[in-house]
Amino acid sequence: MRDFDYIRPASIPDAIAAAAEPGATYLAGGTNLLDLMKGGVTSPDRIVDISRLPDLNRIEWLVDGGLRIGALVRNADLAHDTSFAKAYPAVAEALLSGASAQLRNAATVGGNLLQRTRCSYFYDTAGPCNKREPGSGCTALGGENRLHAVLGWSNACIATHPSDFCVPLVALDAVVEIEGRNGRRHVTLEEFHRLPGETPQRENALEPGDLVVAVRLPQEAASFSANARYLKVRERTSYAFAVVSAAAGLAVEGGKIRTARLALGGVAAKPWRARSAEAVLLGADADEATFARAADTALADAKPSGDNAFKIELARRIVVRTLMAALAGTPERLPALPASPFSSIPGARHDA
Amino acid sequence: MTLELSLNQQPAHSRQGSSIGQPLTRRDGFLKVTGAARYAADNHPAGMLYAVLAVSSIARGRVASLDIEAAKAYEGVVEVMTPQNRPALAVDPDAKHHPFMFRLDLLQNDKVRYANQTIAVVIAQTLEAATEGAALLSPRYEVQPARVGLDGAKSFVPAAVGVGNPAVQHKGDVAAGLDAAATRIEASYETPAQYHNAMEPHAIVAAWDGDRLSIDTPSQGLAMAQGRIAGLFGIAPDNIHIRSPFLGGGFGSKGMISGPQVLGVLAARLVGRPVKLVLRREQMYGPVGHRAPTRQTLRMGMDGEGKLTAIDHHARTASSTFDDFFEPAADASHSLYASPAIATSHEAVRLDTGTPLFMRAPGEATGSIALESAIDEAAEACGMDPLEFRLKNYAEVEPMTGKPFSSKALRECYAQAAKSFGWADRPVEPRLMRDAEGFLTGWGMGTATFPALMFQAEARAVLRSDGSGLMETGAQDMGQGAWTAFAQIAADGLGLDIDRVEFRAGSSDLPNAGIAGGSGHTATAGMAIHNAGAAVIARLADLATGDERSPLYGAGNAGVLARGGRLYRRDDENRSESYADILTRAGLKEVEGSGKSASDPASQEAYAMHAHGAVFAEVKVDPDFGQIRVTRLVGAFAAGRVINPRLVRSQYYGGMIWGVSFALHEEAITDRRSGRRHQINRLRVKQLEPDAHDQHSSRHQRPEPCARRRAARHAARRAA
Repeated sequence: MRDFDYIRPASIPDAIAAAAEPGATYLAGGTNLLDLMKGGVTSPDRIVDISRLPDLNRIEWLVDGGLRIGALVRNADLAHDTSFAKAYPAVAEALLSGASAQLRNAATVGGNLLQRTRCSYFYDTAGPCNKREPGSGCTALGGENRLHAVLGWSNACIATHPSDFCVPLVALDAVVEIEGRNGRRHVTLEEFHRLPGETPQRENALEPGDLVVAVRLPQEAASFSANARYLKVRERTSYAFAVVSAAAGLAVEGGKIRTARLALGGVAAKPWRARSAEAVLLGADADEATFARAADTALADAKPSGDNAFKIELARRIVVRTLMAALAGTPERLPALPASPFSSIPGARHDA
Repeated sequence: MTLELSLNQQPAHSRQGSSIGQPLTRRDGFLKVTGAARYAADNHPAGMLYAVLAVSSIARGRVASLDIEAAKAYEGVVEVMTPQNRPALAVDPDAKHHPFMFRLDLLQNDKVRYANQTIAVVIAQTLEAATEGAALLSPRYEVQPARVGLDGAKSFVPAAVGVGNPAVQHKGDVAAGLDAAATRIEASYETPAQYHNAMEPHAIVAAWDGDRLSIDTPSQGLAMAQGRIAGLFGIAPDNIHIRSPFLGGGFGSKGMISGPQVLGVLAARLVGRPVKLVLRREQMYGPVGHRAPTRQTLRMGMDGEGKLTAIDHHARTASSTFDDFFEPAADASHSLYASPAIATSHEAVRLDTGTPLFMRAPGEATGSIALESAIDEAAEACGMDPLEFRLKNYAEVEPMTGKPFSSKALRECYAQAAKSFGWADRPVEPRLMRDAEGFLTGWGMGTATFPALMFQAEARAVLRSDGSGLMETGAQDMGQGAWTAFAQIAADGLGLDIDRVEFRAGSSDLPNAGIAGGSGHTATAGMAIHNAGAAVIARLADLATGDERSPLYGAGNAGVLARGGRLYRRDDENRSESYADILTRAGLKEVEGSGKSASDPASQEAYAMHAHGAVFAEVKVDPDFGQIRVTRLVGAFAAGRVINPRLVRSQYYGGMIWGVSFALHEEAITDRRSGRRHQINRLRVKQLEPDAHDQHSSRHQRPEPCARRRAARHAARRAA
């Protein structure tokens, strides 16, 4: 491993000043960064360890009915916070469907947003990758790419964003609170992650030194708590990234959909908010036929980036299943297999 | 507080009589759960340096340059070993004097023949410095196109498959059998390349003292490893001491000493200091063996009653470009089902990969998944239940050789497992079962078989005047409980309670216990232990029965029983004497005996010897996503005499879990352009994709693993 400077700042301004230098990176839970460093995928000159910064590990209920989650709150702590899980059950389900218990104990909210793609070519330092070395080319194109993007990809990059957590968050209009050299600003999660275009190395809205200090959920986000689910198709039922996933929240009155939220995971370089599908759902009958139409709309622009056409059909089906599950109502207890399709059908065994 | 930990620290096992057959917990369990068990890489002799492999990122070509200066300039780097300065060997690593002598990559030249082949070794003061030194080598290559996949090269018929089996074998007239059949099936199956990747990677700590060599390394065969290293370095095997008390899994990959282990020894020689070398997880894909991919085609013919008239099993597999190991997949059809005509054949291609080797278990795993799936096809073609079809074609003698089985209780396994599972309620037509939640439910079953192998081993037994015993044999415990099972055999062999027996194993200075492989170690080393016990008891009995001061005087050897540390007259158990008294009176501190074991050629000639089992599975399939959950597994096994039922139970579980993993999980992904492994840090798990799923599950109730995308099956069925 290459030598690097290790800095443990005492305050957020100190952290930002230290991380604004070229070659610097923040360290929080380290569940992704340390692996990347050991594999030689990234070689920062300077590690700014923010894990002991005060006040970033709090979950705060705001007077306006919203919620503010500190960037250093651990995934496990958030998912197991009873009030949080009750208000945002799909977010809790997404968190618990990700990684392993050990990783969730270490991984942070801010780090989850900033985790890197699991494209195996990004990790294969022997070959080119436009994310690692801009302009070197994309090896995933024409390679082993059955799990790659079907929406929003470019010829420069077909990688996906791996987060589960971000999928219900983007559906619920989460906002990222960022502190930088010029003060504090708010960016919606939908705008926070970028599609690859010609610059896949630019993955988000952060500028040098910028620190994610919190994620906010607006008041309305809790209004879906009775009808919200996150479901995930994966190659094994724990410790696996999504092949495709979906988060849905519904508000239904008299059989008609009053409001709907829908987002997809595992399909693009960002958590994919399906606004056009939400428009289809709005005011329509809450039934499978409507959900199928919404799924078609959500995937209307999808195209395979390689050997992955099957993901488009899988994504349609996970959208329908997730909306059906949301319509059936949030289970009283989080399923024993969080986000598994095997716990999605009404009456499905939760002890499977 | 100090914790005194040793293998013999046990909760007291107070029992009367035999230790064999008792469900003892692992004697090494306490050491392992407390982290006190010392694995190879836990050793740190004084002055030790760290070695890290630099491995090839290309699959074929040559190393054109390495920036050795940059690596050596890095602080802490002591030396870089390349083909230019690698210490001389007494034997060419590419020499092959017998089939078990596998070629090794020991920096003999600049050629690259697979991805992850070692191209240099960096030795440094710290692991971190060695790792960075290896990265700084920045190799440049002359690249040649990699040959990847079962169609990646021209095929040929190998001289032998597995361990010296003929590649092509037959009995009877398969063509005539197929012609005469009332029903025929033909089915193809692919199995992917798979890698052992045990929890403990291959690791070595090597220290030279003149021409004496001390090694800590995991090995499934200490004497073989000792012999191979001795040959390479031109020293006497006795000059090498290998300690291998614990293995964090072997599965065949630690059967033969591997290239990286020898490179650790070379590195120690080069720098004149002890060196530790541990493979990184991703470096396990290449130089330490794997299970080769296969593509198998089976043709079967059945008469009007569903009896097989012919089995034709053909397998295509792959080996490396530079050595010979061929997965004997088709040989699975030799021993399970009765048929008047059986033909098995193999062809192979040579690919730019590391040499495939033994992986639990070569031929049986890959071959039986194809054979058992084809048997299901045949049963369906005959309109028969899969179990009924298997019973109809039950082999009363070994089908290929006609030899009687030494024992076979497969029928009982089928019956017991079917009953526990509730198989009788299974509908014959596919796709009829759904659970309350709408998931498709499938029931399936398969047969397990493995030859009962035995190799050669030796053991040494000592009885001491304090009434305790010692048993020594260079056996290995890969984690399955050999420390415990062998101690149980030793206790019975010595006529002592297990707590009075010191058992030593896992070291090459002990009697040669052969290889922990082929599921033959307990039988082999266990028999040597038993015989060593009998030998030392006979010596002790001589002392007693020849001494008129002993109550056993005149009893003769045959007239004495050994139990609980005493010898008893067989005809009068009121007359007995303790081991301690016998030895003390004879003025001896201890008495010693040795034992050997080997398979009996006459029995081998006369009998087919196999263990058998039956496994039944219930699988749920999500009809929309093809995602699979295995909800129930029931197995019944006839595996011979059980030394420790607790340990054997976990072996059964392990075998069944390996079967599930084989069916559903494991596939090593290779980039078809570079020949490099991808997804190498994680398991790739397959699911039925919707298109494949619809196509296949319409015909098969069982969501068979072979319906996976990559293991696409092309089962053609025709009725004559």
